[in-house]
Amino acid sequence: MSENKPQARAEAVREGDTLVVHVGGEWKITNPRPAWTSLVEGETVKRIRLIADQLDGWDSSLALFIREARAWSEAQGAAFVLEGLPAGAERLAQLLAQKPAKPPAQPHGLPDLFAVVGQATFKLWVEVKDIAWLVGECAFSGGRFFRGRAQFRWSDCVVEMQQCGAMVLPIVGLISFLVGIIMAYQGAVQLRQFGADVYVADLVGLSVVREMGPMMAAIVLAGRTGAAFAATLATMKANEEIDALETLGVSPIDFLVMPRMTALFLMMPLLAIYSNFLGILGGMLISWTILDIPTSLYWTETKSIIDLSDLSTGLIKAATFGVIIGLSGCLRGLKSDRSAAGVGQAATSAVVSGILLIIVSDAIYAVIFNSLGW
Amino acid sequence: MNPPENANDKFAIEIDGLECRYGDRVVLEGVSFAVKRGEIFFIIGGNGCGKSTLLRHLIGLRMPARGTVRYSGRDFTHAEPRERQALLRTFGVLYQGGALWSSMTLHENVALPLELYTDLPEKDRAEVVALKLAQVGLAGYGDYFPGELSGGMQRRAGLARALALDPDIVFFDEPSAGLDPVTSLKLDELVQQIHATLGTTIVIVSHELASIFGIAHRVVMLDRDARGVIAEGDPCALRDGSDNPRVREFLNRRSGAVPAEGSK
Repeated sequence: MSENKPQARAEAVREGDTLVVHVGGEWKITNPRPAWTSLVEGETVKRIRLIADQLDGWDSSLALFIREARAWSEAQGAAFVLEGLPAGAERLAQLLAQKPAKPPAQPHGLPDLFAVVGQATFKLWVEVKDIAWLVGECAFSGGRFFRGRAQFRWSDCVVEMQQCGAMVLPIVGLISFLVGIIMAYQGAVQLRQFGADVYVADLVGLSVVREMGPMMAAIVLAGRTGAAFAATLATMKANEEIDALETLGVSPIDFLVMPRMTALFLMMPLLAIYSNFLGILGGMLISWTILDIPTSLYWTETKSIIDLSDLSTGLIKAATFGVIIGLSGCLRGLKSDRSAAGVGQAATSAVVSGILLIIVSDAIYAVIFNSLGW
Repeated sequence: MNPPENANDKFAIEIDGLECRYGDRVVLEGVSFAVKRGEIFFIIGGNGCGKSTLLRHLIGLRMPARGTVRYSGRDFTHAEPRERQALLRTFGVLYQGGALWSSMTLHENVALPLELYTDLPEKDRAEVVALKLAQVGLAGYGDYFPGELSGGMQRRAGLARALALDPDIVFFDEPSAGLDPVTSLKLDELVQQIHATLGTTIVIVSHELASIFGIAHRVVMLDRDARGVIAEGDPCALRDGSDNPRVREFLNRRSGAVPAEGSK
């Protein structure tokens, strides 16, 4: 760098009780500048005159220097006079001199236990109210639908059905097939010790039809469809698209939520049946190849153990899971913040709360079906 | 469909003692003004003065804490659902970014209000949509998705949708935000053109001085500290002769140094 301009400099001359400091040269924050402390080392004065008469250029570095000088003179109890400073530099120095208002002290240590519990409880209460709101709105919307007054478009619903039905067949199929294989393997290891190989069919058939089939389909859909619903609705909200619907007098529940819920409600049982079938197929493959159980025997055994009540419990659960996925996805989307971060949060919490509620409702169903003897 | 003739008929919108709050925070209070039929009316003010809040209350996205909004003399704030639906159909809204439904083409966007609220057969509907798109200078763009258009075109498409049901009133929320001066001038011209052809009452929320002086018949100015209306009238007259220094500052695009009286 070929700088022709002289570097920043400051010279101190003592005149009786007064220290006169001449400041000059080019002051740049990127270049070195004289340090005030080395200038006045060991001096004790009553008055300081800072004269900027040979200044070629200046920026914030000069203001920093002046701040330092002023602080020093205040500590010394000396009077401080500035002369010949450009008006802009003086204003900058004054800005620096102002003590920033202290921000409120951050709470230290552990946060108050009561406050944390209280806030968490309040948040939970708000969420419960939100769920109740959406369930209520959906019930009203359902009422309008059956009276033929809902602004419900079957074309939207069919598109959603394709998205959460036909499009998820490969992934749901693969996962269910593999779960069938895993269960058959684990079961076979134990059952073989007792020579009860053929009961692998019972094990796989019952657990797939009653639990794993609907559950696997639901978890895949919660991750895929629930997150997509939340992200779509949250983006629409951020773009004011939902406001635009409302001012058109269209209920976003009728128009956006109901087609999605209906699609999931109708598709989930079908997906569960498909998932059941592939799970059993997976078990059959293992039994045939590893355990040497003929497929016809496996099929007969499976048919003998699964009855209609097993199938219906699975299907009832599947439909419930569908509603849960739709509710949590749409709720998170509709209640999201109007920002890009809000969209991400909506998608994440839709999946988390969706899966949580699926497991919880599965547990509740286990108790109900047990007491019904199904 | 002509509304019944009565004393209120010359006002398209009447706002009476409106109070808007978010939780405990009062944003606006005691807001009262009226918009005449067939007027281009601006709601102006600095950032954070509550312009957009006021708009959201006018179009029914938020309920006012107090006060009423009346359209053509009919109470909108306390309307029964059926009446409210009917009133909603008398106005269209152009949102800041257009707020087009991103999963639908322009044609479908403009067609949806017609599909929901008219009995037009498919073929007539398509013609009306084409007409609306042509009106805003987007003829032939029906099959485009909003994401494929520039900001100015999205804004115009939003306007086509707002005009779909031929409303009496069209609200604009900061129509020129994010547009270059020429595009925003063209949008202003479009507004004037629509006003001239359809006689639509137009309410614009904006702080674009060029638009305000270019097309506004009347303005109200909101102020954050006053939490309400601080001036109402012709923008040029307010710029030169308002007794409120803030109004003059805003309309003259100056800060601090307000010239003393008699400087003109």
